[in-house]
Amino acid sequence: MTRKSDFTLYGVKLRSRLMLGTSQYPSPVILAEAARASGAEILTVSLRRESARLKEGQDFWRLIRDIGARVLPNTAGCYSVKEAVTTAQMAREVFGTPWVKLEVIGEADTLQPDPFGLVEAARILSTDGFEVFPYTTEDLVVAERLVEAGCKVLMPWGAPIGSGKGLNNVFGLRALRAHFPEVPLIIDAGLGLPSQAAAAMELGYDGVLLNTAVAKAGDPVAMARAFGQAIEAGRGAFLAGPMESRDMAAPSTPIVGRAVLT
Amino acid sequence: MKLVVNGEMQDVPARTLAEALQSLDLAEAKVATALNGEFVPARARAATRVNDGDRIEIVAPRQGG
Repeated sequence: MTRKSDFTLYGVKLRSRLMLGTSQYPSPVILAEAARASGAEILTVSLRRESARLKEGQDFWRLIRDIGARVLPNTAGCYSVKEAVTTAQMAREVFGTPWVKLEVIGEADTLQPDPFGLVEAARILSTDGFEVFPYTTEDLVVAERLVEAGCKVLMPWGAPIGSGKGLNNVFGLRALRAHFPEVPLIIDAGLGLPSQAAAAMELGYDGVLLNTAVAKAGDPVAMARAFGQAIEAGRGAFLAGPMESRDMAAPSTPIVGRAVLT
Repeated sequence: MKLVVNGEMQDVPARTLAEALQSLDLAEAKVATALNGEFVPARARAATRVNDGDRIEIVAPRQGG
């Protein structure tokens, strides 16, 4: 397990354990403020068609560069291995990074990963020199295959993207953590509240990737800060070694020495 | 030259992908390109010929989660 100060993803040392998405904010200014308030050192980005008339991508890129964080390009919206691999190749050139948050979506309603396509794309990209951050489920066998394919980080979902449901399968996530003590594990997607992020960190997860929970909050900047604090608190709690839970009460005040007052 | 640029049929005076970007005023922009579904690196655009009916995708940085 990594220590508090050692958070390393593909050889890059990081202090913040929060990774933040850049989509759905009320304005570019609020995105920039939220990113700074969160303390995130990694921001996720995507590639979309550029219009010669609007050139929206050029403005967005200036904004991201000014924030100064490292970027993690995604392959969001890709349903096939070929689309995901081609998108990753384009992202590597545009963003100048071998990092890619690999999404191969299998189902439109839940946006859950297609594990078969994911493993195949991860293998192709890892062989081609990419550093792959796979968006996956908590399935242990899929995780094993992803590691075999060359992934040195795993990003299981908490719940479906944008659902805000929190950690749907705590048992499965706990098993994944126990099975891969040395692989950095990031909860990616599905969180709605800072308490859920803290819970992920208390399980021993190395970090959390968020977007909608911050972007769609009434005050995204304040929510970004709250998530940053919750993640630190959860990490601190994990390192401190939580007590075992039990079914019956156990008095915390000593029994011995109690005055007899009958 | 009739090219399908980002899903829209356009008349683009160009023999190569590099010239197409020039005609579309995107030569200097931070973009990546694909021709008929295959990634074409920036350094290969000048040598990549385009033909009538080719599909060109031109993408740029955008918000993502």
